Amino acid sequence: MTNPVEQLSCQELVELVTDYLEGVLPEDERARFEEHLAICDGCHTYVDQMRTTLRVTGELKAEALTPEAETALRRAFRDWMAS
Amino acid sequence: MATLLRDDAQVVRALRERDEAAFAALAREYHASLLRVAQIYVSSRAVAEEVVQETWIGVLNGLERFEGRSSLKTWIFRILTNIAKTRAQREGRTLPFSALQRPGAVPEAAVEPDRFRPPDDTAWPGHWSSPPTEWNAPEERLLGGEVRGVVEQAIEGVPPAQRAVISLRDVEGWPAEDVCNALSVSETNQRVLLHRARSKVRRALEDYFSEAA
Repeated sequence: MTNPVEQLSCQELVELVTDYLEGVLPEDERARFEEHLAICDGCHTYVDQMRTTLRVTGELKAEALTPEAETALRRAFRDWMAS
Repeated sequence: MATLLRDDAQVVRALRERDEAAFAALAREYHASLLRVAQIYVSSRAVAEEVVQETWIGVLNGLERFEGRSSLKTWIFRILTNIAKTRAQREGRTLPFSALQRPGAVPEAAVEPDRFRPPDDTAWPGHWSSPPTEWNAPEERLLGGEVRGVVEQAIEGVPPAQRAVISLRDVEGWPAEDVCNALSVSETNQRVLLHRARSKVRRALEDYFSEAA
């Protein structure tokens, strides 16, 4: 194991997870991130959980327009047409 | 979504030709996201709904002036934001500029600091003292109603700007660029808001799975 001072700490890593998943970490930071992940079970689990979180969130249904609201909008549309 | 005309020019043409079905399809597609964004500015759900309704009237009335210099989506959200800001002022609400424009001003940890070793730890400062443990949830449970409920509740619980970003990005699947345009925020600020929201949702799931275990 290399000198921990040069390594990312776990506390730093959890703040970089979104940048990492978004693919915006600079090359060297990305390498440090992945080096850390490879040897740290806690962070490995953390990133896994974050991916699971995204997957579950992606299964949610966006709120649908209610029939009443759609009726109101269609009425507004016809008013606009008539104007 | 499949029935929707994907091309802005086509949609605009249909609306200008007074195609009600095209209008309704557009309203359905953007309904949830417009509501989320309106709620950044106005306090109540009811007012947010009015703002969305007014937005559509503004869209119809402005249609002749739409020149396609931005995407239709961006244009619609700009109309929404203007209406929502006016409403917020009338309500006497301070506008959430800081929440959108300076989301990093108040530090917020993704994970509580006490789950890490203290900075003066001689061997491993900042490393886990209480690491996360695997959830080990089977797929059907993970995608079941109970877990979905936990996530929905967690999203409702985060501040409105974070809620809007996570809803657009992770629920509706918008690309980051579209969210930046719709909210008029920088990429960095969009990411800070997303990071905070996602971290809280993960945390809610962690709490749920550790209680359920």
